[in-house]
Amino acid sequence: MTAFTINGRAVDVAAEPDTPLLWVIREHLKLTGTKFGCGIAQCGACTVHVDGEPTRSCQTFLEDVAGRDVTTIEGLSSDASHPLQRAWIAEQVPQCGYCQSGQIMQAAALLEHTPSPTRDEIVAHMDGNICRCGTYVRIISAIQRAAREG
Amino acid sequence: MFRTLQLQSRALSRRSFLVTAGGLGVAVAFGGLPDLAYGAAIAPAAEGDFRPNAWVTIAADGSVSIIAPAVEMGQGITTTLPLLVAEELDADWNRVRVVQAPSDAETYGNPGFYGIQLTGGSESTRGYNALLRLTGAQTRLILMAAAAGMLNVPVRELTTEPNRVLHSSSGRTLDYGEIAASAVLPDPLPQATEADLKPSDRWRYIGSRTIPRIDVPSKINGTAVFGIDVQLPDMLYGAVLRAPVQDERPEAIDDADARSVPGVTHIVPLPYGVGIIGETVEATRRAKDLLNVTWSTTSRVRNYTSQRLLDEYRAVGRDLGQQGVSAHTNGDAEAAIAGAATVIEVDYMSDHVAHATMEPMNATALVTGDSVEIWAPTQGPTGTQGFAAGVVGTTPDKVKVNTTLLGGGFGRKAEADFIVDAVSLAKAVEGRPVKVIWSREDDVRHDKFRPLEAQHVKVGLDAEGNIVGWRHRIVADSIFARTLPPVFEEAGGHDDVVTDGAKFNYTVPAHQIEYLRQDNGLAIGFWFAVGVGYTRFAIECVVDEIAAVRGVDPVALRLELLKDQPRARNVIETVARMAQWDRARDGRGLGVAYSDAFGSHCAQVAEVSLNRDTGAIRVHKVWCAIDPGVAIQPRHIEAMMIAGITGGTGHALFEQINVVDGEVQESNFDTYRVIRMSEAPDIEVAVVPTPGSPFGGIGQAGLPPTGPAIANAVARLTGGVRLRHYPFTPERVKAALDA
Repeated sequence: MTAFTINGRAVDVAAEPDTPLLWVIREHLKLTGTKFGCGIAQCGACTVHVDGEPTRSCQTFLEDVAGRDVTTIEGLSSDASHPLQRAWIAEQVPQCGYCQSGQIMQAAALLEHTPSPTRDEIVAHMDGNICRCGTYVRIISAIQRAAREG
Repeated sequence: MFRTLQLQSRALSRRSFLVTAGGLGVAVAFGGLPDLAYGAAIAPAAEGDFRPNAWVTIAADGSVSIIAPAVEMGQGITTTLPLLVAEELDADWNRVRVVQAPSDAETYGNPGFYGIQLTGGSESTRGYNALLRLTGAQTRLILMAAAAGMLNVPVRELTTEPNRVLHSSSGRTLDYGEIAASAVLPDPLPQATEADLKPSDRWRYIGSRTIPRIDVPSKINGTAVFGIDVQLPDMLYGAVLRAPVQDERPEAIDDADARSVPGVTHIVPLPYGVGIIGETVEATRRAKDLLNVTWSTTSRVRNYTSQRLLDEYRAVGRDLGQQGVSAHTNGDAEAAIAGAATVIEVDYMSDHVAHATMEPMNATALVTGDSVEIWAPTQGPTGTQGFAAGVVGTTPDKVKVNTTLLGGGFGRKAEADFIVDAVSLAKAVEGRPVKVIWSREDDVRHDKFRPLEAQHVKVGLDAEGNIVGWRHRIVADSIFARTLPPVFEEAGGHDDVVTDGAKFNYTVPAHQIEYLRQDNGLAIGFWFAVGVGYTRFAIECVVDEIAAVRGVDPVALRLELLKDQPRARNVIETVARMAQWDRARDGRGLGVAYSDAFGSHCAQVAEVSLNRDTGAIRVHKVWCAIDPGVAIQPRHIEAMMIAGITGGTGHALFEQINVVDGEVQESNFDTYRVIRMSEAPDIEVAVVPTPGSPFGGIGQAGLPPTGPAIANAVARLTGGVRLRHYPFTPERVKAALDA
């Protein structure tokens, strides 16, 4: 059993210690907002926060998060009120939407450290997150809006 | 629980149709659906307790449930189509609930697309709009007729406002919910014809920039339910090890190590691989890596090496002695070219490209006796029923398909291989659902790629530079020969989708399009814009090659070739204005391209720069003008153009699948390069609808012009260096610069 905290809730998971955190979150804890995209930390769809840091959950293992705090898209806010979530709706960012949980979690970490990022800072921070629908220009607009409107 | 009014509509023709009454139907608690519930909206179907048999259901609380007959893969169609019903029904959009259609082609098939449930080809709005608008209009007439009875007034004195019927002379109103709760259905039911549709100046929703997509809220908080997110009681997990080369079979399976993985319950030999079933997803993935399988070595796909075949395809295209199947013939192009003053004869090519939808292939199935239930991100519920029935040995009507949201489709999820996986494994553990999830590596290696293709274009110009003949030869394997053999045979060996886009609207006196099918065994498939993506690459670049030969401006030449087509001219003139076409940029080139594919007119200008040392192209900006006919959701049309341009840039610059001896060399995003944010152009879109024109397709209309606009920009920047092979890798660009 491995104990950690997810979205403020203490959990104890019976899975092999080397199970990817991604599958623990999705299939053991049934929090399916975090997505499987590549399994090799190349696309960012599985991004969560571990102790506040953006982390690819597909290449993080259960044993790595013992005693730590994990936040997923479901825990970013209780009512979709995070500035990024509001901006994502205002800019109508998602198309298929599959990558967007990871995009938002990645962006949330940026705004945490850099409340008013430049366009170049946004692009540098977000470049590891692939969107196959090509929503990049609206993601940039939404991050700028969230930074502006708070 | 509410009393509800259910109406069943069936199209008899596009012009008029009959609504038969389902009677005052059983109570359905639509009010239980949460507001953010696109994800939840599939829940009633998933639980098997609700199976609508009509398009519209109105509950006593006034909520209006409307069926979305096409699947949502990011193209916004689950907003677009119900919005058309709501417009004519005069429903209050804020009280509309959208319900994904169950698998029932007879009721929900696309009248413009063989009557089946298959979302693709940018055919949904074009195929369904007449039926759905008439359905909305008829439902409104029925509500008005019922209200006339309730108010005891003639129906001609009634009007509607969103969600209510008004009797203006008495000031009385009835909410749609009140009518649904107490009305007796009028007999006979009123008929709706095109005359009953609203004139466009009375549209409330069509053309509005303020109506958001219904699926967006669920996609920013983790509640959207994609296929891979399906969770069912007692669910098992499945993984499949596939043969490294298509059409090989397992000959010997050593599963000792795989079986020893805790949680693995079954190893299931399949005709094309080996399945693993287990209690956890991680157990099945681990066990899959531990299988030792000896594969057959008889597949002819082992002879498939894509770069060698592409050279062969190009040779076939050039060998004018080899005759193809005619895809279009207008006049004698060859004779006209024989008498031309100048002949341009060039080859264009593209490598295979993969779909790599962000959501890898997956499906969940439950087999119980001869019944099958499937939860899947499928573009084609009808095909899914057929393939699943084949696996189990039952009939398609015994297969229920619950279509989830799709994490990208692009044609890949019109296939059924991932469905067959889930049903095959579920059959081995009857009574328990099995969710099969492909690895990304399998998703790429076992994709159905866009065809490898070569095109030979030969154009004759007279002494004044006028085009006298245009010959276009397309050399590629067929998609329809595999996926729709009757369609392929009926067309005499022509493949409509592989050559799609070759027929253009430029005015040329003689035009001949030939298809030369190559059959080398590798399964190829539908991809974003399919044939249009490469045929317009060739055509739009050749138009610029003609402009260069004649020494005329590429925008001016296009306008000349589209003299009598105001919609086409308008998008080209608009985009030229947006891009300030005539303003030279230091170190950067502009290129233009245009497409009339999918019933929409789209023109784009790309601004590029080039690193001559590395051969790397940078696309800085793309301007786009799009005339979709009617712009149902203008802001979403902009999003679709952004999708096409961004994806179009990525596929033109980076995307490339190499097959060597039947084995796909790329496997994940580390080797199959797709566009990232730092490589994406800035984009500016103008939506310029033409009132009174037909509804055009939008999903794929943005992609075809992007690649040729980039190639044309590079040519103008470099004094005529032509890029004629997708993708424009740095090595190819360097080679072209050095040539």
